[in-house]
Amino acid sequence: MLLVIKIQKNQDFMEKHINMRVLLLVIILLLPNFTLFAESSGNAMPKHKWSFGGLTGTFDRASLQRGYKVYREVCSGCHSMQLLYYRDLIDIGFSEEEVKAIAAEYTVVDGPNDEGEMFERPAKPADHFVSPFTNEQEARVSNNGAYPPDLSVITKAKKHGPDYIYNLLLGYTDPPEDFEIGEGMYYNKWVQGNQIAMAPPLDEGYVDYDDGTENTLHQLAEDVVTYLTWSAEPELEVRKNMGIKVILFFIIFGIVLYFVKRRLWRDVH
Amino acid sequence: MDKSSEPRKYKNSFLNWIEYRLPIISYLEKEYRDYPMPKNVNYFWSFGALATIMLVVLIVSGIFLAMFYTPHTDMAFNSVERIMRDVNYGWLIRYIHSNGAAFFFIIVYLHILRGMYYGSYKYPRELNWILGVFIYFLMMASAFLGYTLPWGQMSYWGATVITNLFSAIPIIGDGLKSWILGDYTVGNATLNRFFALHYVLPFVILGVVGLHVVAVHIHGSNNPTGVEIKSERDSVKFSPYMIVKDALAVCVFGVIISVVIFFGPNLMAEVDNYIPADPLVTPSHIVANWYLAPFYAMLRAVPDKLGGVALMFAAIIILYVLPWLDTSKTRSCNYRPIYKWFMLLFFVNFFVLGYVGMKPAEGTYLLIARLGLIYYFLFFLVLTPIIGKFEKPKKLPASISDAFSDKNTEEPRFHGKTH
Repeated sequence: MLLVIKIQKNQDFMEKHINMRVLLLVIILLLPNFTLFAESSGNAMPKHKWSFGGLTGTFDRASLQRGYKVYREVCSGCHSMQLLYYRDLIDIGFSEEEVKAIAAEYTVVDGPNDEGEMFERPAKPADHFVSPFTNEQEARVSNNGAYPPDLSVITKAKKHGPDYIYNLLLGYTDPPEDFEIGEGMYYNKWVQGNQIAMAPPLDEGYVDYDDGTENTLHQLAEDVVTYLTWSAEPELEVRKNMGIKVILFFIIFGIVLYFVKRRLWRDVH
Repeated sequence: MDKSSEPRKYKNSFLNWIEYRLPIISYLEKEYRDYPMPKNVNYFWSFGALATIMLVVLIVSGIFLAMFYTPHTDMAFNSVERIMRDVNYGWLIRYIHSNGAAFFFIIVYLHILRGMYYGSYKYPRELNWILGVFIYFLMMASAFLGYTLPWGQMSYWGATVITNLFSAIPIIGDGLKSWILGDYTVGNATLNRFFALHYVLPFVILGVVGLHVVAVHIHGSNNPTGVEIKSERDSVKFSPYMIVKDALAVCVFGVIISVVIFFGPNLMAEVDNYIPADPLVTPSHIVANWYLAPFYAMLRAVPDKLGGVALMFAAIIILYVLPWLDTSKTRSCNYRPIYKWFMLLFFVNFFVLGYVGMKPAEGTYLLIARLGLIYYFLFFLVLTPIIGKFEKPKKLPASISDAFSDKNTEEPRFHGKTH
């Protein structure tokens, strides 16, 4: 920063040798934004204020558990989350007993057993989430030909993921008059091409919350997106926490080195 | 030679034992302690050290990733996600590796920019420049191969588009493409060999980097004036002066890369790569990694496929002969009043090419890409040789020390005026 101020003071700096330093600073500042420029096309996505946003954001545990309930009672009818284990739910505040009980509601195929037969058993915490369909073909046949994507990392698979999913869930409206909508498709403001095969999945009161939180559409959407973001980035809290420490280390070590360097180079004439 | 006449160089007998059999201790002393650096170098000269460190970080993190990664089309995507979720600090290692690769390119681009602006490629450092361009080429190959491994949508379709380029070559094209892929389309055989090559190429890069460093130490580093070291006064010893300076640069760089790794680890990634590869679904627009985007823009700017491929490779090959295209004896653009502006325009142009390379090739973007492509070649083939002939360079300082003390005495005087 000191360097920048010095340079700006220097009136004829373009004629001096310093202009490469300016260029260097500009480039360093620009490059990380490079991909952001490239991304910033299309409709402006309304930004929602998330509990996990910002430098020190963490997942709201109550919201995560409500979001899981929304997923379990609504989304999981069609969407798998194959990358998750039931044991992962311990991270969002369920006890081991609760997780065992949740897992036991699902059935998995295991085997072969000693007789060489495959058999069914209740799921255990160490099992992956059970998918609603056994394969893509079955999923398509049940969904008017469309394939409901796996939701494990969905917020990372979309630009501005959490905001996109949130807006999508709220974005079902009647199509404009001149809009031709396909058979079995729904108009949605935010999806590419403005039509989506998924029927409006959420509405006010679709899921009853155990903790007494009001189950408005906005609340349902916010909770389920919080849950999906946790699923995509379970490391988010540890990552941000560690990031602050690492950056502080570099800053403090850098300040020390800055003075060491000045002291050392003072005698170079 | 008589053993007893050999002077005992080090107090430590173990070092002496080594030194007598392999004079590596004195080599390290000569090259990394006493090595004279021009004392007027600016922070642009820290990018070489940064790049070396980044390469080592990439190799180490990559080895750990390889321990958990499965190069099979059915398992690759999930094995990467397993690293992200279940392997202890796997997310950290992967984000360091993926963002580190992007930052490696940022560093190397700035390193190349430095070399071009200050004319570091000129006599007697031409071979050094050639080795550097070769490293850059190997980096592009490694990055492309590595991008295939997570086996997301962009991995698959990027690999399909790039390997398709080879089929543009007349006669042998299709055969060559199948030979590279190990199949008629991108498939499991491709993923397996890409993994093998992605593992080995960085070690090749490391070897060439070794040559690159040895070569630069022969005639010493260039500096902002482009005037060679003439006396001991012109230089400082590598240790401690440059080590401390580079360490400070590492800290500043550490802050920048940490912000990305910890607070925006997917900013430089394509979102489509978090969707497993699907040969039946083409993404709406296939984009190159941003660090390869300038060349992708050139490729698409040409309406003819073979022409595009040829020009794209020509754009890299032309870098090799830059030392012979430049007819000026003056190294540094600071002393080249005309060429300097064309050089800066070249950097801007390259940046713009990268930008349009990530946009759909249509309309204004296509037009900009074509103009950018023309300027790229115009710069090398016409401007560089011609300007060097007629441009009258500014008067060079008599020595590095002259330039250095000028700068140092000017600044305090200047500050005195403002206060």
